[in-house]
Amino acid sequence: MARGFNHVLNSSPLQPGETQLVVDDINLAFGGVQALTAVSLQVRQSEITAIIGPNGAGKTSLLNCVSGLYHPQEGSIKFYNHQEHLLTSLKPYEIARLGIARSFQNIELFKHMTVLDNIMLGRHVHLKSNILSGGLFWGRTQKEEIENRRFLEDIIDLLEIEAIRKQTVGTLSYGLQKRVELARALAVQPSLLVLDEPMAGMNNEEKEDMARFILDVNEEHGVSVIIIEHDMGVVMDISDHVVVLNFGMKIGDGTPDDVQQNPEVVQAYLGEEFAT
Amino acid sequence: MKIRARPQSPTSHTNMAETFPQLLLERTREFGDKRIALREKYHGIWKSMSWAELERHVRHFSLGLVSMGLAPDSTVAIIGDNRPEWVMSELAAQAVGAKSIGIYQDAVVNEMIYIITHARVKFIVVEDQEQVDKVLEMWDDLKETVHRVIYYDPKGLRNYTEEFLLFFPDVEKLGEEYEKSHPGWYEQKVAAGSGEDIAILSTTSGTTGYPKLAMIRHRNLISQGQGLMTLDPLTADDRFVSFLPLAWIGEQMMSFACFLQNGFPLHFPEAPETAQQNIREIGPHSMFSPPRIWENMVSQVLVKMEDSTRLKKKLYDWAMGVGYQMADLRFRKEAPAFALKTQYFLADWLVFQAIKDHLGLRHLKRAYTGGAALGPDVFRFFHALGVNLKQIYGQTEASGISVLHRDGDIKFQTVGTPVPGTEVQIAENGEILLRSGSVFAGYYGDEASTHNSLRDGWMHSGDAGYFDEDGHLIVIDRAKDVMTLHDGTKFSPQFIENKLKFSPYVREAVVFGGDWPFVTAMINIDMANAGKWAENNQIAYTTYTDLAQKPEVYALVRRQVEAANADLPEAARIRRFLLLHKELDADDAELTRTRKVRRKYVAQRYDDIISALYSQNEHLDVESAITYQDGRSAIIKTRLKIESLNGA
Repeated sequence: MARGFNHVLNSSPLQPGETQLVVDDINLAFGGVQALTAVSLQVRQSEITAIIGPNGAGKTSLLNCVSGLYHPQEGSIKFYNHQEHLLTSLKPYEIARLGIARSFQNIELFKHMTVLDNIMLGRHVHLKSNILSGGLFWGRTQKEEIENRRFLEDIIDLLEIEAIRKQTVGTLSYGLQKRVELARALAVQPSLLVLDEPMAGMNNEEKEDMARFILDVNEEHGVSVIIIEHDMGVVMDISDHVVVLNFGMKIGDGTPDDVQQNPEVVQAYLGEEFAT
Repeated sequence: MKIRARPQSPTSHTNMAETFPQLLLERTREFGDKRIALREKYHGIWKSMSWAELERHVRHFSLGLVSMGLAPDSTVAIIGDNRPEWVMSELAAQAVGAKSIGIYQDAVVNEMIYIITHARVKFIVVEDQEQVDKVLEMWDDLKETVHRVIYYDPKGLRNYTEEFLLFFPDVEKLGEEYEKSHPGWYEQKVAAGSGEDIAILSTTSGTTGYPKLAMIRHRNLISQGQGLMTLDPLTADDRFVSFLPLAWIGEQMMSFACFLQNGFPLHFPEAPETAQQNIREIGPHSMFSPPRIWENMVSQVLVKMEDSTRLKKKLYDWAMGVGYQMADLRFRKEAPAFALKTQYFLADWLVFQAIKDHLGLRHLKRAYTGGAALGPDVFRFFHALGVNLKQIYGQTEASGISVLHRDGDIKFQTVGTPVPGTEVQIAENGEILLRSGSVFAGYYGDEASTHNSLRDGWMHSGDAGYFDEDGHLIVIDRAKDVMTLHDGTKFSPQFIENKLKFSPYVREAVVFGGDWPFVTAMINIDMANAGKWAENNQIAYTTYTDLAQKPEVYALVRRQVEAANADLPEAARIRRFLLLHKELDADDAELTRTRKVRRKYVAQRYDDIISALYSQNEHLDVESAITYQDGRSAIIKTRLKIESLNGA
């Protein structure tokens, strides 16, 4: 009974510290509304990058550009594994296939399916069997299913959700649903994990658990993480690098300490009088 | 001195094995790779390990520890959920004459430090990162005595660099190497073991402050296991699920003493939260649990039935009626008439099999409850279903079960008769005294307590009791808890409380009445079950306090109290009760960690409520101070209603 994680979770070939994602001067507008203006940032392998900012600052829009749901009108987003990929010209499923996995602010799970089925969906990009053998569940398909299930069980063990494996997602508490969403993102075998407010609406205990899981994934397996989070305590605790947005523009970028010292950031968060 | 002992020699075992590791070798020679010793649900699949594999793991781990300095006078502490590695660690220590001590995972840091330093623990085996972090936090206090810390679940520990931290399989590898350079050494060591050697230190709750460490010899545990297995044999084809803490004496008896002697496979659940699911999958043949587990099962069935269709409810009510008739006949040792037998057969086929299947009790030959009193209603319930639930009386100091019900001789107010090899007598002051091969060797490093417990060749249990006309032992609740009612009869408050707790809507109850003219009760509703009931009846509520004070909920609980009163003698009936605005909580010191009410403390703390229960008032205003996380505090005022039952 080999305990611990028996598979490779991180699918990125880069060495820690190498540049993995470059967002270069992107502009995104919806009609007359400028969502992002000249935003640039870099994500390095095996770091946790936090994106913070007040409501409507453009954080989720930025993530949507990375995962290909939005296409910025100007600028480029490049992703590196063995070679360079221009994300701004790829479809969302092509980006997912590169190992960029994400979770959503509002839980996007299939409520009437079991936890296991929901997570299995994350393995979809790795399934290779064709319609015929899939329909007959025969030959390579069977082997593939077993191998994928093994991978999932490692993730289930990692996130401690053994007890709910076969429950329908809709019957679970909010905190557990968030955990299942993280599990699905991990099932992709990510090279870059993108988490949109993974701890929103959680109590302190659930937040601690979630922070522990994210750190395990990052420190133990070296997976790079981009995270949007409002709890400053958590952000300052776990991230290596913080990017601050306000009204679609980047107003801060650096280590958690740098950002806390930055007067512009303080003003955006706390108002005029505290900044001076 | 009144002596009602039943000395019976235990059936002599054909083997000569005196220690657990010797028994392990014996079973391995017998079963080898042919039979399964352990199964663990891991990654969603039951994985098995044969006797030969288990023996190999124990041998290598033991030698690995020896290569790092394990000696016969060492102690190995084990902290973790029920896993194969837990069992291996204990046996590995014992193989070379050392002893082990299991520590409950939820023990607070101070208590752990006390146990580890007091027992001079040299090696600590822990499960995972959570426990490693706890040990690291205490390290400054432990480093004097503790030499190495070994973990078996590496998750999250990859980047820990402390040189005293080792991974379980790495220690086994050291052992493999050691064996190559010292062939035959291990077998010699095991053969040299004696039944007189201390096998484990077992923590028992001290009356004040820190726990005491009972030294239990191999022969104590082995003879206790023999005693039980001669009465209630299990074979190598039976199954047992090990899901209660292995540090507890009951698990030491079942999962070590009986397992090693009779060779039935042990099963470990995937996680504590999946235990019940896993029990259902395995369908064990024997179970030993404290009352809490049985009470929970009853609540579960009652609540599920509430939610079920009318036809099913009708069927259930009919079947339970038949079941209760049958159970009562059996308790009176009368033979059922043919008509009742036929009805029972039908009820069993239609209803009971399904319920037992859901609870994982379908294959049970016997089940035991012990540790505290179990209400007669719970007893009748399980016997109606056809579950052979038996009360036991035992103590850590006597290595587990000393007295139990025989099959077909169940009286729920008693704990049965002594197991073979155990003598019981009642001292003049009413204290239960025990003498057997299972009585422990004394408390570790505590002469005074040892002397207090072991005097004149008898073990003094500290419990009061007497034998009834059938030779069954009756254990009176902790003597100080027994109350004298206004008409002079002595009565156990726990008896009334257990009656109340049989209702799924009552989570906890505290009954008063000793110094007062009548009996009253302070009741905690069960938030989950009462909440569900409220939803089904379209009663809106917000918080626990709000729900507890709903007139409908009062009416609901009133019906439960009336039902309990109907079975009680006039003087013991509850006249007034109230529903408490908060749940009694172990964190507030109102309950012990095993969920027993701390009667004295509760009586002090809720002094005003008790006075109100004995006044003429219909209401009581209580104030409770709440401190928020940011340091602000507020007083919350609640009006508690007091319900009077007339004609009771």
